[in-house]
Amino acid sequence: MAKKALVVKAKELKTDVAVVKDFEVSIGRIIDETWTEPVGPTPFPSITDLREWDFKLLHRYKPMYMPFCDLCCLCTFGKCDLTQEKRGACGLNMAAQQSRIVLLACCIGAATHLGHARHMVEHVIEKFGRRYPLDVGGVNVQLEAPITRLVCGIRPRTLGDLEDVLDYLEDQVTHLLSATHTGQEGSNLDFESKVFHAGMVDHVALEVADIAQIAAYSFPKADPQAPLVELGYGTIDTHKPVIMVVGHNVISSIGIIDYLKENDLYADVEVTGLCCTAHDTTRYSSRAKIVGPISWQLRFIRSGIPDVIVLDEQCIRADTMLEAKKIKAPVIVTSDKNCQGLQNRTNDPADEIVADLVNGKVPGVLILNSEKAGEVASRTALEIAPKRKKLKIVPSVKGIIEAAKKCKLCNDCTRACPEGLPIPEAMREAATGNVQMLADLYETCVGCGRCESACPNDFSIHSFIIATAGNILKEEKFKIQAGRGAIQDVEIRNVGSPIVLGEIPGVVAFVGCANYPHGGKEVAEMCKEFADRRYIIVLSGCSAMSAAMYKDEEGKTLYEKYPGDFDAGGIVNVGSCVANSHIAGAAIKIANIFAKRNLRANYEEIADYIYNRVGAVGVAWGAMSQKAAAIASGCWRLGVPVIVGPHGSKYRRMLLGRKDNEKDWYVYDARTGDRVYVGPVPEHLFYTVETKEEAIVMVAKLCMRANDTSKGRAIKLTHYIDLHKRLYNTMPDDIHLFVRTGADIPITMKEEILDILEKKGWKEGWIPDPTLLPRLIRKRKE
Amino acid sequence: MQAESWQTAEVPGPTKALVITKPEVVVAMVKRAKRPILIVGHEAVDIDAGNEKLIDYTINLAKTAHIPVVATAHIVGEFLKRGFPPAGWMPAVDITNRLRDPEWKGLDGKGRYDVALFTGIPYYMQWILFSTLKHFALNLKTISLDRFYQPNATWSFPNLSVKDWNENLGAILSKLGGE
Repeated sequence: MAKKALVVKAKELKTDVAVVKDFEVSIGRIIDETWTEPVGPTPFPSITDLREWDFKLLHRYKPMYMPFCDLCCLCTFGKCDLTQEKRGACGLNMAAQQSRIVLLACCIGAATHLGHARHMVEHVIEKFGRRYPLDVGGVNVQLEAPITRLVCGIRPRTLGDLEDVLDYLEDQVTHLLSATHTGQEGSNLDFESKVFHAGMVDHVALEVADIAQIAAYSFPKADPQAPLVELGYGTIDTHKPVIMVVGHNVISSIGIIDYLKENDLYADVEVTGLCCTAHDTTRYSSRAKIVGPISWQLRFIRSGIPDVIVLDEQCIRADTMLEAKKIKAPVIVTSDKNCQGLQNRTNDPADEIVADLVNGKVPGVLILNSEKAGEVASRTALEIAPKRKKLKIVPSVKGIIEAAKKCKLCNDCTRACPEGLPIPEAMREAATGNVQMLADLYETCVGCGRCESACPNDFSIHSFIIATAGNILKEEKFKIQAGRGAIQDVEIRNVGSPIVLGEIPGVVAFVGCANYPHGGKEVAEMCKEFADRRYIIVLSGCSAMSAAMYKDEEGKTLYEKYPGDFDAGGIVNVGSCVANSHIAGAAIKIANIFAKRNLRANYEEIADYIYNRVGAVGVAWGAMSQKAAAIASGCWRLGVPVIVGPHGSKYRRMLLGRKDNEKDWYVYDARTGDRVYVGPVPEHLFYTVETKEEAIVMVAKLCMRANDTSKGRAIKLTHYIDLHKRLYNTMPDDIHLFVRTGADIPITMKEEILDILEKKGWKEGWIPDPTLLPRLIRKRKE
Repeated sequence: MQAESWQTAEVPGPTKALVITKPEVVVAMVKRAKRPILIVGHEAVDIDAGNEKLIDYTINLAKTAHIPVVATAHIVGEFLKRGFPPAGWMPAVDITNRLRDPEWKGLDGKGRYDVALFTGIPYYMQWILFSTLKHFALNLKTISLDRFYQPNATWSFPNLSVKDWNENLGAILSKLGGE
């Protein structure tokens, strides 16, 4: 690593002359220079160091604001009406206000990942020590922390090295958040630049959290053969006590598994999880099981199967306590960020806590010690399971039919539903004795429960859907590959050339939450479409789970059917949300390992490389969280476009290119300094679609890059045109913008395309060595 | 007349759509428009509008009132299947982005549009696209032809029953001279 603060701390220091308490000496920073790569221009960049790069991107991809509210209500001058070009009492206009809200969201997201990372690093340092090596892939991964190296300019070798990185990140989030205060930043573009900075910070935090846990807990280390693990409600042995873990920070779940293993009880208890904690429990132990994405929380609790519910942090329903009480399942909360109003019992004896939970004396407890939480959860599950007898609150079909007869068909449920599901129609049918329509809602229900809050009859509508779809739920038995973590250096060497030249048509990352417009099946369908076309598919988080929840005719899931290699046609589950860092990391590694670009603190050049050469696209089909916003922002700064499903429109701002504005699409030819028109590649940086079909076609289009060779461009155009013809039933109307020379034209469509080009008045151009950075021009024109 | 957002929580702020209380309002807006445009989303393929699908209605409307159509999402093929090539097809966010651009000269290069009619885009997405135009395209009048109140449009129907909505759509078409 490059620098390190030397801090000596002593709780109590006794000498002949004095007793000193809480003694602490800081001797500044020691330069530990063993990394010979030269330091680039932006080590530990401040919030303005990469502003010029951001503005280059924002010039091409101008923000389109989609205000979610006409008002600003953040200070006591307000509420301020910002409609019709009005300004608020502080002078801010609507564009700046929207970008400010986007920045706030991204700060929340980055802070959440960063808080997670800090907790993880402190915990594993306490357990394993500062000098514990950061091995994330043995000899297969020499470049262990590409994002950290790129952003910070240091090479972390041990857990302790990560502390400096976290210090820097926390400092940056504080500055970014301060920019959102009333009377600070006033320019929407500067807010946007700070959004990008928040995203970059977020990516480093993701990487820190994941490499720390991979190294410390021996998760799969860049392993394409990571084990297949079980996913789905139907895989759970309901005869056993069941512990349900929810959240993103796996430390307490590891406490549970360790306790069970140490006491030879693991075979007697099911450890199941939802959301990213579930991913990481299976990375720790392939015997653990995943119930499903975040939207399965309510349905799983109400099924009565969990005997104990253990919460850590992030994406946890705020009403878990209420739901758990209904099935008499005690709750153990384990994160200082999510205390649920429960008494802190961390320092109480485990026997007392278990007794209080089993006897129902308390509905739940806060335990801020993972080992104790593990013991309490395990013992409580074993003792309470025989008493609970899987008490469930899902009504009988007969009861649903009777309730349906009383339904007023007021529409309040469907008006509250994010998807606008036809619940009243289903209830009308149910009143006649036919509950199939209710059952059919199961696939598309996102499990939010807003229908129930809205119902004037207090019907448990979500439970009605679950009950009528009971058989579907029980048949949810799938296989998913446990999160493999990083991409190997050798894999990057193998695919670097075909990706950069365009011969592997793209890398498509399906990431993010489960607020899907039509259920998770569309994620699986999109993955299959592109895997069959020999794109590289990477997945993480809830999307990785959804992709596993559909089988082909042979009963195989995508993870059983396709290899887990980072190669053409591979389907690669990197792991939980924090493992998203390996996706961005792979793009960075291509620039470094394949193209030999210096990585160290060389952000702008590497982002320029990725933007112009690496045909990567992110798809967050059900993105809902602030964390997802922050992850996307980190992609934008790296020049990687992101597509979101229709609900993503609620992120309030898109970054849209204008293919009809020719002047926007010029780059420098680094060989000559000439300005060269390269077409709208990629056309958008952040874009929301209406339909899966639209997303598929746009993915193919956004994979095109200025550097594609003619062979690569022809391959990419073939996919774009083929998909457009199949899904839009016509030729694209913008082919002429993507054909640079005659050699770019797919051979099988030559006559058809030449005809189009002629009608459009197309003129042949050339393929430059593209860059947006004048400083990278090797020979300037005289 | 007051109207409520269809999705209960989609409440905007001080500036809300005027309610189309009778079809003549839309007819007058369309007749008065110098450069109208009709944007049709993918739901138009599935939604029933009387005895036909909403997409068929939009084709009739476009032909009757000589309004260029932009098909969003992937439904250009549905128009072509019906023998009606739309004036353009592009993502809903792209046409919205162009409509808010004072420099954009339209699909035909002849100038900006002054009235934009929308239908068939998912409610929550349309809600927010109308918000963009409400705030950043002050010279554009927007009309929602959907069955539910869109508070960020300039003009919108209130939440209507299927029957009332069909009658309104039919009346608009016939008063514009269509069948």
